[in-house]
Amino acid sequence: MSWFIRKEKNIQTPTEQKKEVPDGLWHKCGECKQVMLAADLRENAYTCLHCGFHERIGSKEYFELLFDGGVFTELNPNLESADPLQFVDSKPYPQRIKEAQAKTGLKDAVRTAYGKMNDIDIVIACMDFSFIGGSMGSVVGEKIARAIDFAREKRYPLLIISRSGGARMMEAGFSLMQMAKTSAKLALLDEAGVPYISLLTDPTTGGVTASFAMLGDFNIAEPQALIGFAGPRVIRETIGKDLPKGFQSSEFVLEHGFLDFIVDRKELKDQLTALLKMIWLS
Amino acid sequence: MANNKVYLDFEKPIAELEAKLEEMIQMAKEKNTHSFDEAINSLKESIQKLKKETYSNLTPWQRVQLSRHPERPYTMDYIRALCEEFIELHGDRQVRDDKAIVGGFGRIGEQTIMFIGHQKGRNTKERQYRNFGMANPEGYRKALRLMRLAEKFDKPIVTLIDTPGAFPGMEAEERGQGEAIARNLREMFRIKVPIICIVIGEGASGGALGIAIGDRVYMLENTWYSVISPESCSSILWRSWDYKEQAAEALKLTAEDMLNNKLIDGIIPEPLGGAHQDPETTFQTVKEFILRDIETLKKEDTTQLLAARIDKFSRMGVFIENPA
Ligand SMILES: [Zn+2]
Repeated sequence: MSWFIRKEKNIQTPTEQKKEVPDGLWHKCGECKQVMLAADLRENAYTCLHCGFHERIGSKEYFELLFDGGVFTELNPNLESADPLQFVDSKPYPQRIKEAQAKTGLKDAVRTAYGKMNDIDIVIACMDFSFIGGSMGSVVGEKIARAIDFAREKRYPLLIISRSGGARMMEAGFSLMQMAKTSAKLALLDEAGVPYISLLTDPTTGGVTASFAMLGDFNIAEPQALIGFAGPRVIRETIGKDLPKGFQSSEFVLEHGFLDFIVDRKELKDQLTALLKMIWLS
Repeated sequence: MANNKVYLDFEKPIAELEAKLEEMIQMAKEKNTHSFDEAINSLKESIQKLKKETYSNLTPWQRVQLSRHPERPYTMDYIRALCEEFIELHGDRQVRDDKAIVGGFGRIGEQTIMFIGHQKGRNTKERQYRNFGMANPEGYRKALRLMRLAEKFDKPIVTLIDTPGAFPGMEAEERGQGEAIARNLREMFRIKVPIICIVIGEGASGGALGIAIGDRVYMLENTWYSVISPESCSSILWRSWDYKEQAAEALKLTAEDMLNNKLIDGIIPEPLGGAHQDPETTFQTVKEFILRDIETLKKEDTTQLLAARIDKFSRMGVFIENPA
């Protein structure tokens, strides 16, 4: 790894957030199948103690990991999906939304907030895959657009954490245009000279990859995430054969030149801090 | 059948009447008689009536079928018909020349325009050569290179959209399909010349949007534009390919729906039965739209033009905002 910082003073994340074991649950690693205490997993930034596998986590966990003391102010928490197309497939879209809300306790597939990260003001938008596959409809697009505007107005660096299957089909054309909207806002942020870091996590595909996720001043990813435009199933059907192992992994995307670096989640906060200190605070 | 026109399934009744008409005309010719004249005229009237009925009540799926009609004009057909002169420009200067997206400077009267569009093929060989109008990252990078050229020489840009999607292949992924499209989206918001985008056939998802950010975005009457094709939508949401009609309905992908939802700026009318029934009229209409808009957009202050472009797309979306 090319990131290093000489350990002169111990810049450690404060240890005061000692977590009580809430439910004493055990966790089984999705990759190596080894068992560990859920509390230990959490202490380890939700990465496996044995094999380092990065569990899929959401905005709640990332905000806790990145904002100092888990303190942040949420932006536009009251946006919710409408049903502009009156879309019905196996069930009506509003019902799908309500069920997802009940299951996840979230309003939609992204939360945006600002706060301090190692004392640096920062805006973070984080997608929640648990909400209809992290799909991008009007709410996701609008909240990200507003977060970008907020970052530009306040001149706070922006971090977007992507984890999404892409478009929200139930919003069809509206969903598609969120790609345009978020990219438009990023053009303005770019012109204002405010840094934007895009963190791609497992999985990031489709319209999210083809818009804001690939437009960072820095595109970074968690290890072994699936990152692509077309999903592996579609590609397999197109070419009529199996894909090589590791195709569309973070490591593959890094090798092909579309990522700046891969970051272990345990080091995410410190690496982001180090980067911002070099480019933004000095 | 006497003629070799291609009829779609819902055009079968029209096809039958037209075959009958041709037969009758042939017979009258052979027998050198005018005794069929009345029958021929009344048949012509019936055909016209049936056409009007059929084409004024098209379902979304039928529009999708028309948008893919094998005789429909493609990008190069428009360019050839509209321009007195055209110089095609190739390559992204990095990897190769993508045949699924074409572009170059063309001249209509005194006006030089940068034309960029997806290109489909007419026969099997051509279709393969054009990769069915599915661009690789090089196509999007070529498009952006040409847009920058247009900007440099202060020429307006017209993009013609006609793609079943960006190519979902291994090499496309290796060379950053997502990044290529994303970059175009962002950069098209700061290209300092007028951009007019016209969906002339299929407008599938990011592959279409990748050249469709503009000051005016139009759809021809019988085209579709959405985040996914009805077939793929059917296979994902209904887990079967059989619900494409329902999917086409649900996606609200027609020009009329897209305009009602304020996702495009206007609809360009087509001749009865589709652009291919009377290409000359189609080309003329498209030309009038383009020249009219260039006149208007040229007069706008660049800063305002770009601000309005961003503002228009920023307002797209429908959501509920509850009071805090
Ligand atoms: Zn493990």
